[in-house]
Order: sequence, then structure tokens, then C-alpha cells
Amino acid sequence: MSETNEKSVKSIVNNFIASFGWPRLIIALFLIMLFVIAPLGGVSITQSISDVLQRFGMNSIMVLAMVPMIHSGCGLNFGLPVGIIAGLLGGTISMQLGFTGPLSFVMAVLIASFFGIIFGWAYGVLLNKVKGGEMMIATYVGYAIVSFMCMMWLLLPYNNPQMVWGYKGTGLRTTISTEGYYLHILTDFLQIKIGNLVIPTGSLLFFALFAFLMWAFLHTKKGTAMTAVGSNPIFARASGINVDATRTLSVIMSTVLGAIGILAYQQAFGFIQLYMGPFYMALPAVSAILIGGASVNKATISNVIIGTLLYQGIVTMTPSVMNSLVHTDMSEVIRIIVSNGMILYALTRKTEATK
Amino acid sequence: MKETPMLLEARGIKKDFFGNVVLKDINFTLEKGQILGLVGENGAGKSTLMKILFGMKDISETGGYSGDILLDGQKVNFSSPFDALAAGIGMVHQEFSLLPDFTATENIVLNRESEKYNVLTEVFGSRMNTLDRKDMRKTAVEAINRLGVELSPEMVVSEMPVGHKQFTEISRELSRKNMKLLILDEPTAVLTEKEAETLLVTMKKLAASGISIIFITHRLGEIMEVCDKILVMRDGCIISELDKDKTNVKEITKAMVGREVKGLSGEKTDRVIDAPEIMNIQSLWVNMPGEFVHNVNLSVKKGEILGIGGLAGQGKLGIPNGIMGLYQAGGKVVFDNEEINLNDPSNCLKKGLAFVSEDRRGVGLLLDESLEWNVSFTAMQAQDKYLKKYLGGLVKWRDQKAIEEVTQKYIDELKIKCTSSKQKAKALSGGNQQKICLAKAFALEPKLLMVSEPTRGIDVGAKALVLEALRKYNREAGTTIIMVSSELEELRTTCDRIAIITDGKVAGILPASASSEEFGYLMVGAHEMVEKGEER
Repeated sequence: MSETNEKSVKSIVNNFIASFGWPRLIIALFLIMLFVIAPLGGVSITQSISDVLQRFGMNSIMVLAMVPMIHSGCGLNFGLPVGIIAGLLGGTISMQLGFTGPLSFVMAVLIASFFGIIFGWAYGVLLNKVKGGEMMIATYVGYAIVSFMCMMWLLLPYNNPQMVWGYKGTGLRTTISTEGYYLHILTDFLQIKIGNLVIPTGSLLFFALFAFLMWAFLHTKKGTAMTAVGSNPIFARASGINVDATRTLSVIMSTVLGAIGILAYQQAFGFIQLYMGPFYMALPAVSAILIGGASVNKATISNVIIGTLLYQGIVTMTPSVMNSLVHTDMSEVIRIIVSNGMILYALTRKTEATK
Repeated sequence: MKETPMLLEARGIKKDFFGNVVLKDINFTLEKGQILGLVGENGAGKSTLMKILFGMKDISETGGYSGDILLDGQKVNFSSPFDALAAGIGMVHQEFSLLPDFTATENIVLNRESEKYNVLTEVFGSRMNTLDRKDMRKTAVEAINRLGVELSPEMVVSEMPVGHKQFTEISRELSRKNMKLLILDEPTAVLTEKEAETLLVTMKKLAASGISIIFITHRLGEIMEVCDKILVMRDGCIISELDKDKTNVKEITKAMVGREVKGLSGEKTDRVIDAPEIMNIQSLWVNMPGEFVHNVNLSVKKGEILGIGGLAGQGKLGIPNGIMGLYQAGGKVVFDNEEINLNDPSNCLKKGLAFVSEDRRGVGLLLDESLEWNVSFTAMQAQDKYLKKYLGGLVKWRDQKAIEEVTQKYIDELKIKCTSSKQKAKALSGGNQQKICLAKAFALEPKLLMVSEPTRGIDVGAKALVLEALRKYNREAGTTIIMVSSELEELRTTCDRIAIITDGKVAGILPASASSEEFGYLMVGAHEMVEKGEER
């Protein structure tokens, strides 16, 4: 009797591990461990949770941006900087045109989407020419556009004094404060405070809106076609689908989401980071969705949510907990090992995604 | 009769691939300087036999073979092609094994280059020898001259026409000093008529110089021209060993395809379809690699099952693939009094055509998705079925319930073995995957259904079910079906009329009740030869 019970418990555990996936499990356990030992180092748990939620709101839309391209078989969007540049253009142009307050954010989103569609279209056409090597090409497209924009930020005729270099009067600064424009426009919306636990309701709702739209899209005829294109492009073509157009659409969606994602990031962070800033945004987003259980060709909304929570949880918790315990800066090392290790792990195994 | 020494003798050769017997008890002999013609349908076992002779890896890796091969009276058992080469056997494969960026000379003497001594050799050994290009060229030219063709030794292989590539391969084999036996696996398939003639003349010359040749081809005319002895293989057996002087094309053809019609047939009734035309194909060409269609004219009657047969590589598969727009195609196809836009799959699907591809895993299925998706996807995308429409058709939402219903319906109807309609397509067996492909096509409710190799790679039981499903669908729904298959018997039991495709053209159309021989003549392009033969 007890033996059969043991067996069933064992099989339940095994099934759970199989369905949840080892990497996710290890990272989740690591995160829980950090929360458990946090009080020992004098780190407040509620403060930590607030930080994780805040960072979730900042990063989740950029992680969501990975979904359409994974579905259409274009792989992980290492070219996320393309979308981020569109977002930066949206933010800076909105400020330059003199919009302030909530309106500046709305305008930034609109302008960013406009650039996102144009950039995404060109980027999509390019990726259609390099089928099979999308991820490598995407990485270099990201490098190229960041470098190109490093020049453009200096040359474009911006003249809002809050944005340009003070000593020269031309060329954008490396960091621009969003204060007076769209600083905390989402995080402060319907914000809930319980003690020192802060829930940035606006950011979360903003993400929920896009997550819902993405979920809904994947249930429509076009969305179904996109998944099929990623699953077997020849099958899709035989079913009368325009494969290239579908892939381009997915790249446009990804780029626009990247653009909106960076705006959501800036409003919480408080600064627009130009020049090499976009360079460092793609890997964390890629890593997060992979930690969430996505693979190179399958991803769901729950992968996005779980992945962003786990990844941002580790990013938030390791510095505070480790530094207070070990008193050396181990946190950055651990974070880099986790994020790059996860990408390496995912790219070497093309197995099924976990839900 | 004078007793010439036997060069090659095969005694009781048997080979099975994990229980699937492909060769049973093969016995034959080959004299020095003889040309042996080997003919047989696809899958008769010719290639496997040649692989055994040449010591190819796939034989030893799958458990070897039984029986003895004697070369010059000595028992041999080659464990790799190198041993076979050393023993004096050369083989020219159907697919070229040449280095495309090397010249003819370099390819011919590859790994047997003439070398020159230099100082570095003292220190690093013979690997540092330089190439003696002059001598290499001499060897190559000798081999080419022996072959008696025009071939520039300096030409780079990638720039050669196919015929020259073939000649380069044969020259390479000839340049070996101790060549005794040359195996040519369909060497003329890629050659023009002129080039083929040259090759045949060369073969005779080589045989006269004492080299024995095993010549595999589908073209019986060539066999009759050069061979001394003809072996006909079928289903892993040597059906007959014929002497060239005492046989004719008719006898060979009969031996090749003439088997009893068995199984499946059952209630087959001869229908004479007298209905209006539903599809008219005019001068269709299709650029499908390995299955080129040159100029096909066909008329399909409403409600019939039209079979398309022919040997592999002749273009039968190209026809449906071309019409459906999966490969570049041209010509004129009129369906239901409307011309079809070629190269546009969605247009074909909308007009009521459906296609079940021969490449099940590559084209036919979404292996990583559920059966529901596989069955419903094409109908959903092409015909807006299984969708709920909101906001005046702006949002087309997947109707999960309808999808489940239709999938379940076909799972029951076609007796598909699966755990549920949510199972992934890749988890099913080949036969059940094929049924899913059929279900996908049936869900489109097409006016004309094209199925390509519907029984390829599935077991006998599943075969019968698939063919039965097609026949039932044709009778009950009145759907016109075009069925392409390599298996003539399958076509004869299922179809009303059968068109045989040879060299990318329709060689002829016969009723299913015509005799196997008649189909055989069409397949090997020997139609006219037989007629001439009978007059004689």
C-alpha cells in the first residue's frame, strides 16, 4: 500500500519536473532560496517584492516582443535594438515636439509605433532573405543599427535644452531625464501601497493589455497561420499562406512591441538611455523568455510572465542579498552566468517548450 | 562452347534490412569482358545488390548479407568501397560523387595523384610531396581517350554539362590500373541521346578490352544494344536470366512487371466514365528537381479516378506539385471552365483543388502541432472554415469546438489510431499520418483531389485502408481524384484510367484493365520498339 503511494508520489514529482523543466525549476528554487536567506542579510522582503514587480512592469513588454517572431519561425529576436531605436525616436521626438505629461507618453507610443512599423518592415524583408540564419543576422542588425544611431543622435536636429548637450547646444545627451514628460506615468497610475510593498498597477495593466492582444491574435486566423509558418513553412505554403508576408508581419509586431516596451521601461526608470543603451537590452529579454520555458520555435504568454518574473527576480535579489552576505560584488557575475548560460542552453537544445 | 573464366560469381545472396527481406537467393555469373544488363522496377533490389558488390557501408551497418561472392574464383567480402576498389571493382553512381570546384583531371586522379619528391619530404615524409601536374594530366587524358569522348581535362566540374560529369566519373574509374569490373548505375539517365550513344559505343570497346560491365538502366533499347546477358529482377529475386540473342523487349518487359494482380482488388468493377471534362492540362512544364515535367497534356473527366504512373524520375510527381504551385510551373490548366493561376497555391485551394503530398513529413503535416490543427488548418486558411467572426468579420477567431468536431469525425471515419485529437502529428505511425493528410484534404471538400504516392512507406494493412478511403470518397462524394503512384498494381486496382509518364511527357493512357505488359512498354519507352518487333 505504502509502496504504491510512494510510486505515485514519485511519478507525480517526475511528471511535474518533466512538465516544468529542469532549468526553470533550478532557477525558481534559487530565487526562493534568495528570498529565504534575504532576512539574514537584513534585506526587506516586501521591498524586494516591490522591486521585482517594478522591474517586471519595466521589462515584460520587451520580453513579450519575442513571441511573434518565435511563432513565425524567425527565432529569438536578437535584433530587438531595432525596435528599441524606434522607441527612442518616439520618446525623443515626442519631447522635442513639446508634448508634456500623459500626452507625451501617448504621442511617444504613436510615433514609436510608426517608426516600429517602418523599421520592422525593412528588418523583416531582410530576414526573409536569410532564412535559416535569422538569429545570427538579427544580432548583427542590432549591432549595426545601434552604431548607426550613435552618429544620428549627434546629427539629428534636436534642440530641446533638456535633451541636448549643454555646452554645445546640439547632439543628444547619453541619458535624458523623462521628468516633466512621462516619468512614472504608468507606475503611479492606480498605484497600491501596503506598508512598503508597492504595486505598480499601471505598468502591470499596460503589460496585461498587450499580453491579451497577443494572446487574442494567436487565436485568430492570421495568428494560427503565423504559428503554422513557424512550425512548417512548406506546409503553410501548400495551404495557400504567403510565408514571407506572414514572417514580415511577425517582425513588425516584434519591433513595435520592442519600441513600446522601451517606453514602458523609460517611464519607470526615469531616463532615456541613448547611444550604446539599446545594445544591452536584447540579451536580458531573450534570456527571460527562455528561462520562462520557451524554446527557439515555441513560446506562450505564460512563458513570458514566468520568465520575466524569474529573471528579474534574480536580477533584483542577487545584488542585495549576495552583497549583504558576502560583501563582494558577486551579483553581476551570477546574473551574467544565468542569462548567457540560459541562452546557450536553449540554443543547443531544440526540444519542445514547456507550458 | 569455349570455357571462358568466370570473373564474378554470386551464390545465394540474401539480404534483409531488419527483417524486411529485399534480396532472396541471388545467383548469377559474369564472364570476363561480358556486359551484363540488370533491369527491374523501382525497389526490385538492384541497388542493394550493387551496394553489396561494392562493399558499401550501409550493408555492413545493417547486419551484412549472407551468401558468397567470388571474384576471379576467390571468395571476397568487402567491408568498405576501398577494398572493392583495390580488388578492381569500379562503380559509377546515379548521383555524382565529384568535387565541383576541381578540374576533370583533379577529379579523375583524386587521391592517386602523381607526386614529385622535394626537400621537405625528407623531413616531413611523403605527405609533403608536390603534385606532378604534368603526369596527372597524362593519366587523365589517357583515361579520357580510352573512353573515347571529348572532355577537356582542365574544365572545372561545376561548369560542365551533366553528360561531361558522367564521363568524368567513368574516366576516374577507368584510370585505375587493375580495373576488372565496372558497375554503371543508370549512367544514361542524365545523358542526351547523342551522349548516351557515345557511352554505349565506349562500353562495347571497354568490354572488348577485357573489362566486364554491369549495366543498370530502365531503357531496354540500350540493354538490347550492348548487353550480352540480361538479368531481370523483381521483388528481390532474379526472375529470369536471358540471353540477348534469344530474347526481345517484349519478353523482358513481361518479366519485369508481369505479376499476378493480387490482394486489394476485391469488388473492383470496370467503370466506363462518360462524363464532361473537369480539368484540362495543356503543355504543362514543372521545374521539380528530379521529377521534371516537360510537356504534359491531359484531360480529366468528372467523377473518375485517374491514375498517373511511371518510373521514378520521369516526372509523374511533378504534375500535381506543379498544378498546386509547390514548384515553378508553366503551361495552361483549365479547371471547371476556369483557368488556374499556376504558382499560387491559395488560388488552387479556393477553386476547389486539394493535394495530398508525397512528402508527408516535409509538406503534408505540422509535425509539432495537434491533429486538430493538421486537419483543420488548410480549410481554415483557404476557405475560412471553423472560424467565428466578430466585429463584422474584422476578427476571425478560431472556433475550437468546430475544429474538435471535424477532427473527431475524421478520426472515426478513417479509423485513425491516436490517444486524442490533441495528440501531436509526429507521434502517429506512418499510416495514420497519411490518414491525417487525407482528412486534411477531405476537410476542404474539394471538387478534385490529387493524391501523390498515398501508400509510400506505410504497411500493407494501412495501404488497403487508405486506398479504400479514396475509393469510397470518390464513389460517395463524387469527387474526381488524380492518383499518382509508383506502384502499378495499386493504380490498376484503384483507378479507372491510367496515364503513364515517361521523360516528362504522357507516354500513353490505358484503361486499368489493360495488361501489365502494355503498361510496361509505356514505362520503358519501348512502345514503338515492340510494335516494330511484332511486324518483323
